[in-house]
Amino acid sequence: MKVQFSDVSMRFGAMEVLQHISLGAEEGEFLCIVGPSGCGKSTLLNIAGGFLSPTSGAVTIDGEPVTAPDRRRIFVFQERGVFPWLTVEGNIGFGLFDMDANERQQRVAQYVDLVGLKGFEKSYPRELSGGMKQRVEVARALAVNPDVLFLDEPFGALDSITRLQMRSELLRIWRAERKTVLFVTHDIEESVQLADRVVVMSARPGRIRRVVDIDIPHPRDLSSRRYIELRDLIFGEIGLAHQV
Amino acid sequence: MTNLDHHKDTKDTKGFLRVLCAFVVKIVFPIITAVVILILWSIAVKASGTKIFPTPTAVAKAITTLAEKSLLWHYIADSLTRVFAGYFAAIVIGIPLGFLLGWYAPLARAINPLIQMLRPISPLAWMPLAVIWFGVSNAAPIFLIFLASLFPIIVAAMNGVRNVPPMYLQAGRNFGLSTPQLMRRVMIPAVFPRIIVGLRLAFGIAWVVLVAAEMIAVDSGLGYLIIDARNAGKRYDLVVAGMLMIGLIGLLLDTAIRRVEVWISD
Repeated sequence: MKVQFSDVSMRFGAMEVLQHISLGAEEGEFLCIVGPSGCGKSTLLNIAGGFLSPTSGAVTIDGEPVTAPDRRRIFVFQERGVFPWLTVEGNIGFGLFDMDANERQQRVAQYVDLVGLKGFEKSYPRELSGGMKQRVEVARALAVNPDVLFLDEPFGALDSITRLQMRSELLRIWRAERKTVLFVTHDIEESVQLADRVVVMSARPGRIRRVVDIDIPHPRDLSSRRYIELRDLIFGEIGLAHQV
Repeated sequence: MTNLDHHKDTKDTKGFLRVLCAFVVKIVFPIITAVVILILWSIAVKASGTKIFPTPTAVAKAITTLAEKSLLWHYIADSLTRVFAGYFAAIVIGIPLGFLLGWYAPLARAINPLIQMLRPISPLAWMPLAVIWFGVSNAAPIFLIFLASLFPIIVAAMNGVRNVPPMYLQAGRNFGLSTPQLMRRVMIPAVFPRIIVGLRLAFGIAWVVLVAAEMIAVDSGLGYLIIDARNAGKRYDLVVAGMLMIGLIGLLLDTAIRRVEVWISD
């Protein structure tokens, strides 16, 4: 297992946030974690990223216990995580401070290209749309060549059309780079569109209710019977009838 | 082709009109206001028959006389020197102190109440103490200006540091930055825009305090000019001249700082 949660529990004071989470992600797997707001899914991701330590249990990556943030595994926020004082180039090259200038420039150009921001190298984040800022953040994370990416509701602040575009972009990049991805979202459709497996969590205190294999090959047909079946399964698991 | 040219022509005309409009609003409107005020001022002085309050012409004459005797430049230079000395001392001490207070919460808990208590005390209340400590010298007004600008700078730096979005720091740490690197590459650029706003605010206050600060311990400067003109012979033309100079220089400096602000944040 690339990432292994072993009996992870977390409490903040008297509040139990996570209860006995055991979960593994394979090398190169795309794992989505869904659950209602406040179920501790972001906390789980922060523990795996080394930003929080669990009250009990442990997370290991490649068998090594996670104790602190590490540049081999990068956390991606909603687009608000880009640095407003740096250009697109500056942001993407942010983590490459130990490279010589030439190498850095090449690497930055490569990732500018990968996320489709050619021509915007010298732009500042305030000149970009939400979706473009999100691309900058993904490129910034990928540029340091991590083996794990943690994405915490990365498309939550985008409009629904941009969100769809960003999902297929992310899949394209994931196929090209083959990183292990842990992706937290409260959007069930999103999880079924993206993941190899979907981890469904309960409301607080967060426990794993079920892990659903999404056995639909990419590109996924969002009106296929299997897609709808799996989606409704997860809706049911969370306790929502798929009706408005 | 002709059609296109014609189109371009109307576009140019429109652009020209827009620039003209902006010019009228930005330059001509304020001038109209100034002229109206000067006329009303003249009429008011003449209508009331006051012997004390000067007409605009008298004030203009006063300013020219001051300028001819080169006293005006001398006073302006002295005032600016004092303001900048106190202001820069406040920057040198206030910014690092504000950073420390924003960064180390326990330190803020210990010191912030003291700062918040000192902050509402008008710098003018320190005048008697300033004279005792610094005697009759340039240092007394500089100290008052220093005090006036110190607190807004500390508070801006402190709040700036506290309000840096935690995810900037989290991202910095994630990419393996050490604490000094985090300071230089994340903290300082993130706080900078707020500090600039604090600096402008502080400068405004420093300039306001100048007049009062120059009423003690010194015998030059624009503040001194006002107090001296009144005491020496009730020369209200000089009093108003001094006021006008303070206002005009304040406006110029504020505009300059705004320019710097826009230039830096771009």
